[in-house]
Amino acid sequence: MNLTLNVWRQPNANAPGRFVTYPVNDISPDMSFLEMLDIVNEGIVHQGEDPIAFDSDCREGICGICGIVINGIPHGGKASTTCQLYMRHFREGETLTLEPFRARPFPVLKDLIVDRTALDRIMSAGGFISASVGSAPDGNDMLVPKNNAEAAMNYAVCIGCGACAAACPNGSAMLFTGAKVAHMAELPQGQPERYQRVVAMLSEHDELGFGSCTNHGECSAVCPAHIPMSAIARINRELTQAALRGYSSATA
Amino acid sequence: MVGVLSFYRTTIGKKVIMAITGGIWVLYVMLHMFGNLKFFQGAEAIDGWAHFLRTFGQEVVGYEGVLWLVRIVLVVSLVLHVWMAWQLSRLSWASRPVKYSRRRWLAADFSGRTMRWGGVFIAVFLVIHIGQLTTGALLNGFQEGEVYRNLILLFSNNLIAAFYILMMIVLALHLNHGIWSLFHSLGWNTYPSKSLKHRLCQLVAIAVPLGFALVPISIVLMGVMNV
Repeated sequence: MNLTLNVWRQPNANAPGRFVTYPVNDISPDMSFLEMLDIVNEGIVHQGEDPIAFDSDCREGICGICGIVINGIPHGGKASTTCQLYMRHFREGETLTLEPFRARPFPVLKDLIVDRTALDRIMSAGGFISASVGSAPDGNDMLVPKNNAEAAMNYAVCIGCGACAAACPNGSAMLFTGAKVAHMAELPQGQPERYQRVVAMLSEHDELGFGSCTNHGECSAVCPAHIPMSAIARINRELTQAALRGYSSATA
Repeated sequence: MVGVLSFYRTTIGKKVIMAITGGIWVLYVMLHMFGNLKFFQGAEAIDGWAHFLRTFGQEVVGYEGVLWLVRIVLVVSLVLHVWMAWQLSRLSWASRPVKYSRRRWLAADFSGRTMRWGGVFIAVFLVIHIGQLTTGALLNGFQEGEVYRNLILLFSNNLIAAFYILMMIVLALHLNHGIWSLFHSLGWNTYPSKSLKHRLCQLVAIAVPLGFALVPISIVLMGVMNV
């Protein structure tokens, strides 16, 4: 396959970026998207230039570190991670525009790599269950009804890649935050901190500069873990209930 | 109280305010549309409806008392709705300082993407509409209480009729995203978008503006056919 790449190049966080065009030839349709970028980089290095910087780790769709906006869609629009895209998903001769995830809380570090510490900050604010860590508890010590366990799993599969915020026209990470809140609100272990958690995580989300949700569903459409939009309805409900119970960011 | 105040400061709190105030307006336009359909029962029916709205409960709150209560609720709701929309829009614009060079939509439909512009158009329309058919300041020959006559007078101008019909399309687009979205913001999941509850909301969104548009459409047709 022969393609043209239009890639965002930015040497560091403070330098301005621009698009650079690279012709790409003799690519096998069975290569993964990241393997194609590896080949392109070999060529670039051969010419003594700086290779295109992009994130990748497991390359099997689990770790959530990879993430490129391809032709205006985070992860390329196959509802998978970028590493699980294959060149056969594209047309011969196509021009592909590659950009980093764009949101104010995700500053570009270099080329296609962004800093997603913001998602960790949301997790640190309340995305955990406080438990005393003595000896290991007995199995089935706390019973979880099957329906709750399945619902919790549907939200727990979020790999924290940040594509939801990158896809959102409002730069909102509500699908991520909603999935984490809904996941723990479903489980008995999550109940004691349930309302403090939603207030704390949402306050952190807002403070980091993510926008607000307008229910378009762009996030869920690009989500590699297929987190449903019900996660957002759920966080809306959880926060409203927390407010009615008198929880505020001061008490969280 | 602290909870409520801090709730208002969150993006979800502002969304909930938009949902409740938007919901109040949805209920209002449904009632308004129901009243407008009395146009087709003739002058007595719709003029009588207007009279009823003014005299309803007057023993307790006086002439036009209920009407003014409703108007106050509507104005407060509108101000809050627009104010929250403005604040949230600004947050959204600030959240992506560097735009994408190209953008493709997978899920967001036209009506969802035009909510903000739709709101601006509806606000402008409201001012014109109240001027023409409530106060009459913008309608030559307006007669207080003679609703049927005023409607015929206004919509005998085909341009104005076309403007009203166009604005009802704008309203339908706004409601098409707004009605199910308000339930979602209040925490009742209205996804997937092919689900019955999602479709029912969209049915109301189309039925209400269509009901409104029937009046100018029929007056224009009566003019064309010289009835």
